[in-house]
Amino acid sequence: MVESASMTTPLTPANPLHVLAAASRDVAAVRLAALAPAARLVFRGREAAIGPAGEAFGVPLPREACRFNTAGGRFAFWLGPDEWLLLVPNAEAAPLFTAIEAATTGLPHALVDVSERSVGIEVAGEKAAFVLNQGNPLDLSLAAFPIGMCTRTVFHKAEILLVRHAPDVFHLDVWRSFAPYVWELLEDARRELA
Amino acid sequence: MTNRFRTASGGRIDRAAPLSFRFDGQTFSGFKGDTLASALIANGVHLVGRSFKYHRPRGLLSAGSDEPNALVNVARDAARAAPNLRATQVEVYEGLKAESQNRWPSLAFDAGAVNDLASPFLPSGFYYKTFMWPAGAWKRFYEPKIRAMAGLGVAPTLPDPDRYTQNHVHCDVLVVGAGPAGLAAALAAAESGARVILCDEQAELGGSLLSETTATIEGQPAADWLAATLATLAGKDNVTLLPRTTAFGYYPHNLVALAERVTEHLAVPGAGLPRERLWQVRAKEVVLAAGALERPLVFPENDRPGVLLADSGRTYANRYGAKVGERAVIFTACDAGYRTALDLKAAGVTIVAVADLRTEVSGELPARALAAGIDVRPSTVLVGTKGRLRVSSAQFAKARNGEVGPTETIACDTVLMSGGFTPSVHLFSQSRGKLVWDGAAGAYLPGTSVERERSAGSCRGVYGLQRVLEDGYAQGEAAARAAATFTSPARGATPAPATPSRTIPASADDLGTAGFIGATPHGRNPALAKAFVDWQNDVTSKDILLATREGFRSIEHVKRYTTTGMATDQGKTSNMNTLGIVSEALDTPVPKIGLTTFRPPFTPTTFGLFAGAARGDVFDPLRKTAIHDWAAEQGAAFEDVGNWKRALYFPRAGAGGRMEDMHAAVARECKAVRASVGMFDASTLGKIEIVGPDAAEFMNRMYTNAWAKLEPGRLRYGVMLREDGFVMDDGVVGRMASDRFHVTTTTGGAPRVLAHMEDYLQTEWPDLDVWLTSTTEQWSVIAVQGPKAREVIAPLIEGIDLSKEGFPHMCVREGTILGVPTRLFSVSFTGELGFEINVPSAYGRAVWEAVHAAGERFGITPYGTETMHVLRAEKGYIIVGQETDGTATPDDANLGWAVGKAKKDFVGKRSLARAAMSAPDRRQLVGLKTTDPAVVLEEGAQIVADPSAPVPVPMLGFVTSSYHSAVLGRSIALAMVKGGRARIGTKLMVPMPTHAIEVEVVEPVFYDPKGDRLNG
Amino acid sequence: MLIITCPWCGARPEVEFRYGGEAHIARPADPSALTDQEWADFLYNRTNPKGLHAERWRHMHGCGRYFNALRDTVSDFFVTTYKAGEPRPDIDGSSGGNP
Repeated sequence: MVESASMTTPLTPANPLHVLAAASRDVAAVRLAALAPAARLVFRGREAAIGPAGEAFGVPLPREACRFNTAGGRFAFWLGPDEWLLLVPNAEAAPLFTAIEAATTGLPHALVDVSERSVGIEVAGEKAAFVLNQGNPLDLSLAAFPIGMCTRTVFHKAEILLVRHAPDVFHLDVWRSFAPYVWELLEDARRELA
Repeated sequence: MTNRFRTASGGRIDRAAPLSFRFDGQTFSGFKGDTLASALIANGVHLVGRSFKYHRPRGLLSAGSDEPNALVNVARDAARAAPNLRATQVEVYEGLKAESQNRWPSLAFDAGAVNDLASPFLPSGFYYKTFMWPAGAWKRFYEPKIRAMAGLGVAPTLPDPDRYTQNHVHCDVLVVGAGPAGLAAALAAAESGARVILCDEQAELGGSLLSETTATIEGQPAADWLAATLATLAGKDNVTLLPRTTAFGYYPHNLVALAERVTEHLAVPGAGLPRERLWQVRAKEVVLAAGALERPLVFPENDRPGVLLADSGRTYANRYGAKVGERAVIFTACDAGYRTALDLKAAGVTIVAVADLRTEVSGELPARALAAGIDVRPSTVLVGTKGRLRVSSAQFAKARNGEVGPTETIACDTVLMSGGFTPSVHLFSQSRGKLVWDGAAGAYLPGTSVERERSAGSCRGVYGLQRVLEDGYAQGEAAARAAATFTSPARGATPAPATPSRTIPASADDLGTAGFIGATPHGRNPALAKAFVDWQNDVTSKDILLATREGFRSIEHVKRYTTTGMATDQGKTSNMNTLGIVSEALDTPVPKIGLTTFRPPFTPTTFGLFAGAARGDVFDPLRKTAIHDWAAEQGAAFEDVGNWKRALYFPRAGAGGRMEDMHAAVARECKAVRASVGMFDASTLGKIEIVGPDAAEFMNRMYTNAWAKLEPGRLRYGVMLREDGFVMDDGVVGRMASDRFHVTTTTGGAPRVLAHMEDYLQTEWPDLDVWLTSTTEQWSVIAVQGPKAREVIAPLIEGIDLSKEGFPHMCVREGTILGVPTRLFSVSFTGELGFEINVPSAYGRAVWEAVHAAGERFGITPYGTETMHVLRAEKGYIIVGQETDGTATPDDANLGWAVGKAKKDFVGKRSLARAAMSAPDRRQLVGLKTTDPAVVLEEGAQIVADPSAPVPVPMLGFVTSSYHSAVLGRSIALAMVKGGRARIGTKLMVPMPTHAIEVEVVEPVFYDPKGDRLNG
Repeated sequence: MLIITCPWCGARPEVEFRYGGEAHIARPADPSALTDQEWADFLYNRTNPKGLHAERWRHMHGCGRYFNALRDTVSDFFVTTYKAGEPRPDIDGSSGGNP
């Protein structure tokens, strides 16, 4: 081999929302933002593995349906009764992967790195629910969709993970190839609010 | 023209805000608050359209959404044109431009009116009876002509530049209709703290209260009570008020669709605002307060302009300050006619006479009419009207027990009629609630509910202002109570009758429930007297009688045969009279005849509303790979594969700067891969990570292949069947570790395959310790294919032994490429030495560009899906869904080698054991070579042994893939042929429209049959 | 659009779900022991009742779980839903959604 990989400049990661987010206007009633890259791991497993996985991750995995736990900037989202998304913004997945695998050795489980499968979008502002409800059929009142709730659902024809962090702050996790579609429809939905 | 027919004062129009608008090119003035209909009436214009079939001149019939005649086209510009709007619902704004429809050359002189003269020859069923022969003439002649004559307005041909949005919204109580019942219901529900939505199709909330001049509620004039109530509701956070919003559809589980006209009434629509908004309301409880619709009377020439519904005449006067005429005749079967007579007289209209169908005329309203000096004639009918484009006289006659006396002609410019009121049960019926005939009310009323819904006020036969208000309040209260204990949309039982819990003292004229259903007697020649039942579809009482004479008994059949009630107004004014006529003709009571079903939409709804934001680039998700933009920058042509955009080929400028066509580009790309190296974006392949101690066991059950002995670090081509034994999907699978598989699927099959696997795992084998995670979008996949592939990637890779011995064909290794972690596959879908570089998608484009740069010295050629298809066809590699069609077994597709014969079970195995699945005459994959190498067969073409055999020629199979192979210098094709493998070496024919093409059946591998090139 | 109660996530709109056919049809433990007719019955023949129907749904765009439901095919209302693996609830065939 004539040259080695380490001699070249490190490659830069790309975000499919880069161009759209850069061209986005500021609308006070609903702000849109492309979220920073994150480490994302899907953890699935039997009862015995759930506790140790949460301990190794530093956030207990929520057992209540459609809820997330958070600690120290890390998030554990309930996706299904044996399925969680572990998310840490601006972090590398590899060390987390290793730590959780070490804690669950021999316990039936599956851990898969999906850091680049999806990207995050923040929808925030007084009219956030109004904008989301143009493509999502859930009741987004605080009584029905409280802070701390998360669920996979749909936005128009795309599947999303919808998370409520505050009364007016939602995060969407969207598979990368669907992200521009979701973003453009969010932009369309807030046109009347500009 | 000035507002000659405006009342001196009063009404809810803003007389301080005059505005001008155009109708059929003529400029008129009106006021803010006018509808197009009320402004035209104020200007003395009644002629607003031509009828659908006979092109008879037609005027305004009503003042609401039940209007059948006044359909107009309103256009802001050529693209922003909306046909078939009811003039009674179009709000006038400065500069509004409206046109009448269905007339040529003009409304006053319409050539199509010859149909009216020909009407004796246009009976119901005319089309069915007439256009029967010659057989071919229907398609060529009759249908195009009829279609050109039929229809109402004309849709614009330009794309609609406006936006339409859709909102999902949830509430505890949805109240439909903001008349007295709806207002009281909303008030009651709101006071209990429930989330309430109150919608009404009109510009102003208030319903019938908007036309009240003398009624009082809780000691105040109705208008003041209305204003105070609306202010109260508007001040509550838990209440949403939606005027200009029609509840047009009632769908299962209390999903009610509302169409809000957001900017239609504005002279200058606000920037960014949608033109219309679809509210998809999910309500725990619904209160229907839709009110009642006045019935016309069916008498000869009742369709002449100037003949209106009586209560509509009252609404024009009281609400809009517009007089329907100067000299009005009233024809009534109930007290509503007298209420209108009194109010119009007060507004300055001369009431010439009141013809009352009833023999006994008593009660407060008739008494007041008599006291006011109005000429009241009991036992009297109208037997006709005269006038060309406007009624000029009416013929009165005494009628007792069906005997009609001599006629007396009385001059007038307006006829106002009232046959009583029909509860508007449209939405209730849409909700699948059962209607029950109420003899006392003379109407169908809501009976058993299906949804969590209740009706309030006159739409359930409760009349009288105080009773309506109290009923509304009680129903609203009950709905809020029920919503508070809501657990599921299932309706336990019909709601208990709500008893008024609050007294809302009100005084208003009491109309009672009298009325008439059917056609009134006229004593004229029935062949010549046109008494209209359905104005919009031009159906007369005579047509309905003809249908019954011809043997139609079911009301559903009469409806379809005569088309009565089938127009866009959904029979709002016609349904009950049709029933009455059929009932009399068949001498069968109305409830025994039944009622046709009401269907959505309640009023016509635009396509824009249903489309919402889903148009153009966001009609569907348009999925792009991480490498897509690079391909686009290179000028690649793309094709749609599912929702993905995939590069089809990469044209280059050839000699003279002309861009290559697909044929030239694909030929060049194919040669480059075979001679040196090409690169291909395979990112769209589906990927599933299968992880857990039982992963290999699960793979064994899901795929035909044997997996237990596949070593980590090896790849294997896997075939997946459905339980019926047919090929469902295929793909290369890598064993990353003993408990971890990296599975690939076809691009289109990814979600289906994952769902199929989850199904078995969750429901059949929940004991298996294995889990599935989609990684399709985690990885970008860069295929580097060709003899130079190894040399291209070698300098970029770290941590992987790339030597022939260390990394043979069909292996997977983990390492890094330019520092990015990769799963490197040695795999080929081209028949050449090949690698597939899997990298996290964020680095897909960067790695692609680096590989491209590293390959430049070998002339690396990016290629698209078309080249990929040719290269794999040269090798006889199948594509699931192209060679297979859901009826191919592995053996049919030459994949018998991939079936683990020793395995006891796998999905589809039992089905393969059926005798028919191994019959020798099954269609089998073969290659075809045309005798003329330049001829490229058409994909899908049929294959026969002898094209001159008698019809039907036995079909032996069909062409599945066909290309020109630049490398082989001839055409090649794959086909599924009955008993195909036994036919290898024989000749078959592919018949085309003009000739048949001779082909030789060959082995389906055209290039490098031994596979030497795979190992480089 | 129906409202379907996922046993895990609660009441959700129909667009999040995929229908999965009749419930409680277990794949035979040893398919090779079945006659062609028995295998065809397993593969294709369904009860298609008028009234209560036990059927599979998957909360596709939600928790991803398959579960079972009793739906009245006359009224289109769900009587109950329950987790995969649980027995069919003992509810008689009279319409629960409709009086």
